[in-house]
Amino acid sequence: MRYDIILAGVGGQGVLSVASLVAAGALRGGYHVKQSEVHGMAQRGGSVLAHLRMGSRPVHSDIVPVGGADLVLGMEPIEALRHLPYLSAGGAIVTAVEPVRNMASYPDLEGILGKLRSLPKAFLVDAGDLARRAGSPKTVNVVMVGAASHLLPIFPGRLEETIREAFAAKGEETVEMNLRAFRLGREAVEPARAQGPRA
Amino acid sequence: MSEILVERSEEARTTSAVVLLGNEAVALGALHAGISAAYGYPGTPSTEILEFLQARAAADGRPVARWCANEKTAYEAALGVVMVGKRALVSMKHVGLNVAADPFVNSALLGIHAGLVVVSCDDPGMHSSQNEQDSRHLADFARILCLEPADQQEAFDMARAAFDLSERFALPVMVRLVTRLAHSRAGVLPGEPPAPERTLRKPEDPGRTWTLLPSIARAQWRRVLRTQRDLRAWAEESPWNTLRLDPGNRDFGIVTAGIGRNYYLDNLNDPAAGPSHLHIGTFPIPAGKVRDLARHVRSVLVIEDGYPIVERMLRGVLTSGLEVWGKETGHLPGDGELTPDLVRKALNKAPRESFNLPGLSLPPRPPQLCQGCPHRDSYAALHRALEGFPETLVAADIGCYTLGALPPFQAIESCVCMGASIGMAKGASDAGFRPAVAVLGDSTFLHSGVTPLMDAVAADADMTVLILDNGTVGMTGTQETVLPSGRIREIVLGVGVPAEHCRIVDANPHAVDAMAKVLREEIDHRGISVVIARRECLESLRRHRAEKGGRP
Ligand code: SF4
Repeated sequence: MRYDIILAGVGGQGVLSVASLVAAGALRGGYHVKQSEVHGMAQRGGSVLAHLRMGSRPVHSDIVPVGGADLVLGMEPIEALRHLPYLSAGGAIVTAVEPVRNMASYPDLEGILGKLRSLPKAFLVDAGDLARRAGSPKTVNVVMVGAASHLLPIFPGRLEETIREAFAAKGEETVEMNLRAFRLGREAVEPARAQGPRA
Repeated sequence: MSEILVERSEEARTTSAVVLLGNEAVALGALHAGISAAYGYPGTPSTEILEFLQARAAADGRPVARWCANEKTAYEAALGVVMVGKRALVSMKHVGLNVAADPFVNSALLGIHAGLVVVSCDDPGMHSSQNEQDSRHLADFARILCLEPADQQEAFDMARAAFDLSERFALPVMVRLVTRLAHSRAGVLPGEPPAPERTLRKPEDPGRTWTLLPSIARAQWRRVLRTQRDLRAWAEESPWNTLRLDPGNRDFGIVTAGIGRNYYLDNLNDPAAGPSHLHIGTFPIPAGKVRDLARHVRSVLVIEDGYPIVERMLRGVLTSGLEVWGKETGHLPGDGELTPDLVRKALNKAPRESFNLPGLSLPPRPPQLCQGCPHRDSYAALHRALEGFPETLVAADIGCYTLGALPPFQAIESCVCMGASIGMAKGASDAGFRPAVAVLGDSTFLHSGVTPLMDAVAADADMTVLILDNGTVGMTGTQETVLPSGRIREIVLGVGVPAEHCRIVDANPHAVDAMAKVLREEIDHRGISVVIARRECLESLRRHRAEKGGRP
């Protein structure tokens, strides 16, 4: 079994925290994991990209090859679309729909979302709204983990355990809020359309 | 097979492994080697090495892990630790090694009796740097041993072993990382328990080994040259250099170095099969193994991240039977970061099928200053202060504020190396240009700005230095500056800038006019002047608030 993910977003959106949550879940699942991140200058509001690879055998390259990703997980629609060439022919794309407009001229949002919807396995998630419903806009990253969870080769229960552990230090209330965010994200994606791989 | 089965069969492995960035693996390796101290200056992609050790020091009280004014002072502090018999690590980004080059190169001539390891993190692709120089060249220049890990486990193992090797050969040892490994996480097995710290022990005869007077340096240099034989012999036997000959293929072979191996193996269906393969993890390289491979095949493809160092060593200048392909033959690009896709192409494999939306073109999203960043106000003020001059020169430096070169600010015109802004403004002023302005941050000033300011003061150069004092090293993640920002004015005055021409202004949106006025007055002054624009970086403010127990 091998599963490759490209995580795309804007510096400051928490792409790295999504990557580390999913990676921690994968490790609990007993997979070999490699997770490559961007630090430094690009983090200042630019496009950021993280590569996350998991498999039942050791992973060699820290980078997902072009055309190799089973999943592009976007925190922002343009950034999801930007990294489309990484997606494998049968791969899925799960992305938050809220734009981050920190650029000179942001392209027409409907056009961007339309392009995303035209892809065979695309799931657009109103993550900001779900995060607010969960209790805080800050849970948006966890909403996205929930939305991707149908596709990941990791049991949702394991991801919940991971979330519990990740937020334990911040108190039970924060843990519950993030679990709510995870479940809201999970419910936002139709399971029938998002069949995950089986090991 | 069910998912559950896969998960259970792997349970045992994951319980003992720790998940670490390449940088953290190096730091843990050094800790297991019993280091007493580690020094560095923040710089992407090396920062997390010292941060990891600082976190350990906060929990366990050891080792000493400190940011220094710059890489040179960091290296010198490490030398002091080693001179009194304890093991030390010094970490930096590749261009930082240029700053530390003086002690680095000379340290090869000392009689190192306690392990000294320098980690240099190269940045192929210039993710966050102004060049992509290859530190392996500098290791060779200093005639020392260099280890290049391919993955996080090797990063740990090599860092740990590097200290023993340093003592064995009485030389500093370099561990070279590239960005991709430095900033990628994977499981690491630490193996044996950590070694204890060393006890204090000065060298037996420092006058003969640590005092590089010409007569002594000559003897030491001969020792370094004699040691090269031992290094080569060691490299031949090192398990980090592996050769597998494929009896079925006398035509073509592969040579990988460091992380290049990962991209090669990733492109093989069966990593145990494939053509003959030599992997190189040490410099000097295992020449005997290279010859064995050369006798076996007619051509090789060399896969390495960074400069074509192995490739050039193999090719040489005299004709040999072996054809060597790589960056200099155009099989791989000469610049940029290596990727599995570039290696795939070099291997002549068809590209993977991928998704493409025809006609899709998206505007780039370059990095930018945070909304509300104090530098934004300083640049607004600087623009206003420079209004009306037919021509102006604004030399700048390295930090978040370098983003002021991009629209909408376009406020600065150069970025060369740490501290260059002040020296360059002085040179421009010497050449008769006015107004000449230097812009740099507080941490950059402390790193390399004080010495050129002495030059400017000595000449009373007609120029203005704008120090953007945000109280932190912002770009690399808000590390503490070596001295608090309250001390900057004292330093400026201490160097000899007249007090009336060293002004402090608030860098906030309501004070742009006042800032512009002060700046203009000092620019109009015919002589050296310094304006310190103060406001804490927002990221640093956020971190400080969170640390005080407030809501993050
Ligand atoms: S991190 Fe600090 S210095 Fe850097 S852009 Fe943001 S506010 Fe400015």
